[in-house]
Amino acid sequence: MMLCKLSLKNIKKSFKDYTIYFFTLILGVAIFYVFNAIESQTVLLQTKQSTYDIIEMMTQTLSAVSVFVSFILGFLIIYASRFLIKRRNKEFAVYMTLGMGKRKISMILFIETIAIGILSLGVGLALGIALSQLMSLLVANMFEADMTNFAFTFSKAALIKTVIYFSIMYLLVMIFNTVQVSRCKLIDLINANKRSEKIKMKNPILCTIIFLVAVMILGYCYYKVSIPDGTSSSTVKDIGIIIALGSLSTFLLFWSLSGLMLKIVQMMHKVYYKGLNSFTLRQISSKINTTVFSMTIICLMLFVTICVLSSSLSIKNSMTANLKELAPADIELTKKRNIPKELQEDYGYTDGQIDSSYKTISETLEDLNIDEEKYLTDQTTIHIYTDSSLTYATSMGKTLDKMKKMYPYLDYTSPEVIVKLSEYNKVAKIFNNETYSLDDDEYMVIGDYESMINLRNEALAEDTPLTIFGKELTPKYKEVKNGFIEMSSNHITDGIIVVPDDVINVADDSPQMEEEYMIANYKASDEKTKEEIEATFTNPELNDLYPDITLEGTTRIAIYDASVGLGAMITFIGLYLGIIFLISSAALLALKELSESTDNITRYTMLRRIGASDKQLNRALFRQIAIFFFFPLLIAIIHSIFGIKFCIFILETFGKDEMLASVGMTMIFLILIYGGYFLITYYCSKNIIKEKRL
Amino acid sequence: MSTILKIENIEKYYGNRSNLTKAIDKISFEVEEGEFVAIMGASGSGKTTLLNCISTIDRVTSGHIYVAGLDITKLKGNKLNRYRSHELGFIFQDFNLLDTLTAYENIALALSIQNVKTGQIGKRVNEVARKLDIQDVLQKYPYQMSGGQKQRVASARAIITNPKLVLADEPTGALDSKSSKMLLESFNHLNKEFKTTILMVTHDAFTASYASRVIFIKDGKIFNEIRKGDKSRKEFFNQIIDVVTLLGGDLNDAL
Repeated sequence: MMLCKLSLKNIKKSFKDYTIYFFTLILGVAIFYVFNAIESQTVLLQTKQSTYDIIEMMTQTLSAVSVFVSFILGFLIIYASRFLIKRRNKEFAVYMTLGMGKRKISMILFIETIAIGILSLGVGLALGIALSQLMSLLVANMFEADMTNFAFTFSKAALIKTVIYFSIMYLLVMIFNTVQVSRCKLIDLINANKRSEKIKMKNPILCTIIFLVAVMILGYCYYKVSIPDGTSSSTVKDIGIIIALGSLSTFLLFWSLSGLMLKIVQMMHKVYYKGLNSFTLRQISSKINTTVFSMTIICLMLFVTICVLSSSLSIKNSMTANLKELAPADIELTKKRNIPKELQEDYGYTDGQIDSSYKTISETLEDLNIDEEKYLTDQTTIHIYTDSSLTYATSMGKTLDKMKKMYPYLDYTSPEVIVKLSEYNKVAKIFNNETYSLDDDEYMVIGDYESMINLRNEALAEDTPLTIFGKELTPKYKEVKNGFIEMSSNHITDGIIVVPDDVINVADDSPQMEEEYMIANYKASDEKTKEEIEATFTNPELNDLYPDITLEGTTRIAIYDASVGLGAMITFIGLYLGIIFLISSAALLALKELSESTDNITRYTMLRRIGASDKQLNRALFRQIAIFFFFPLLIAIIHSIFGIKFCIFILETFGKDEMLASVGMTMIFLILIYGGYFLITYYCSKNIIKEKRL
Repeated sequence: MSTILKIENIEKYYGNRSNLTKAIDKISFEVEEGEFVAIMGASGSGKTTLLNCISTIDRVTSGHIYVAGLDITKLKGNKLNRYRSHELGFIFQDFNLLDTLTAYENIALALSIQNVKTGQIGKRVNEVARKLDIQDVLQKYPYQMSGGQKQRVASARAIITNPKLVLADEPTGALDSKSSKMLLESFNHLNKEFKTTILMVTHDAFTASYASRVIFIKDGKIFNEIRKGDKSRKEFFNQIIDVVTLLGGDLNDAL
């Protein structure tokens, strides 16, 4: 009973130290709950089956991510509690000199952990349930479902999961605490406060050399990730090495700067001996010596946060923006045409499939017992032709070498896609793209996959002439024109060669006519009929009933659902990880700073005695904490500028128009969470060093 | 000679009405410029409270304290900080040096808080270091110095701002006898050569014997006061011991 009282009193007494710890635990619990409760919220949404599949995939991914997150939070909590225990060495020493056994001290800690655990779980879950109501709005918005019937959601499963995960974490904390207590010796505890910390001055020459080396390595990494040509395909392969190098050089940077910064400012007498500057700088450098490692970790975590948040937010944005443009018709059917008998062996086609490939899409629909006239309108057909003499290798002209470097896995002997101008114009009309006209000896290229287009533009700029079906043609435009013939959620058209109709003199059953596309809209006036028609075409039984018919296709609804789901999934995971990383790094810094302030009480009292004003002291404190918070952030932001560039390159097909907005969103998150932690830390420290009048 | 410190009938009470402790009970005395005054008393006699009141760390319950004519019991906010940094110099039992700063920086800090121009700081630090014979430890950190060196660095920090009054709270409390002697000799030197006014609190008769006047406090009141005059330090020491014997009680233990 007495132990219980002692524990609770301890918590109350050291609440100043615990505030940030407590705050972080509550946030951790709340976020954990919110993201695990998403599943129960999506159940309420009135969505289609296809969306459900994606939601299920999303919740599964989120729960996998939760395991990872619980590891991060677990480490954070254990680190933080070890930290708080170290601060209480003197208290334990008193207990031990009074004859309290280690077991009893462990018991005190045990009760404390339980009390804090229950309290933080309770408050955190309450906050989580409140926040998840907001989240359900976001979920509905993501899946573009209507939320007219807003309902209070509560996920029992998420609640139980949160309680179990955090209980395990607290249990681990207890074990660690017990181990730590059982290891202490009384003499160390008593002397803990008298540590005469040795101030090691690093060799400035060594620091300078290390600094230059770190900057050079960083420069190399930045160069590697930000030059999106030639070398960048190898960059993708070597990204692991680059990240490792970047981390190492970040560490070296902090290590050398911690030594150099003081030396440099010391040389500037005017600054160094002004007000409390010398004190502030010494405070920082005395700590930075011992915190280089955690600074590095925090900096890298911030870097990951910024990149993950801004790219995941932008993916969702640009995906939705792309959709309207990229899926302009209700359905697009694709059929492989005119498969020559010789290929039967190589590709394993059945006889039926080969026979069927000589029929048009309309004829095939008839075979499938689907009434084309009843369901479809605005049918537009386009054929894809190939000329085995026209491959990437020939059409790229002199830029071929460059392309081989950039896309080493591409098959350069595969033939280019050729279409007739009149057919393309019809497709362009239904897709709301521009239509073109060509002279008899001209060709043009259509595409929308940016990095390929850049390469093609170089080839076109040199007026590379092409021989297509025996006729020599020159490019009409010196650049690729925007367009596509295949509906998809991303920009994937790497280049289609459009030629005058006359050039393609190919029989309807020639293997040179490789594919047929039919684009159409549904004959429906309302959503319900549309969905019925969609069901007719996407009926999975068709495959089993007609195994010989190889008709493929995609629909606007399918593209939409897949894209929305993928976008939502990426956004949620990004948000989840980003916020957890942000909280963890800010909490680490805040805890470090606050515990130092307790140490610093004597220093500040002394400064006050020799006449430093409160204003001077507060300014010194503010600067000290600000430098600690924003130094790693600054480096992380510099890293991120290049990191995001690389992300853009990787995610190019998703589009990048919305990047600015998502970087803005990321900044808002950063300012809110990181800035919040900074302010709390500052005000708590200020409170700690405040003059106590007797 | 002008009066630097004038204490007028000050009282300091702790606790509430039902349980009142008079830590200082109507004390009055004056300190002239260039004097070296020691205040002696057993623990609990109120000597540290007296020093805390003079240094404005603590507030008096009633009465007035004038430093160079200024009533410091009325000071607040920035004026208080100005008073502390310009008029007073502090020397503590446990040195109170900042462990993260070198000796030089510790001394310079007292000046930079007053926004003294950087050009002057170096000159003045070296000058005061010469006075206290600590030139060769200036670049060392507190943990690299002996107790006596630390206390002389603290003294240098206390006098570099040319304060009207230097307050020393048990300055030899944490020093061995050899270092104590060296420190007190420097105090004497400062007092004689540079006319520094020093008010020192101690319970040690040997330390007190270096002063020019000793004020004895018992139970919050002035018990006795003796002056050195032309006597040798040895004679003065014996005289102090006589008073201490008269005082009886705890102070004897301190010997």
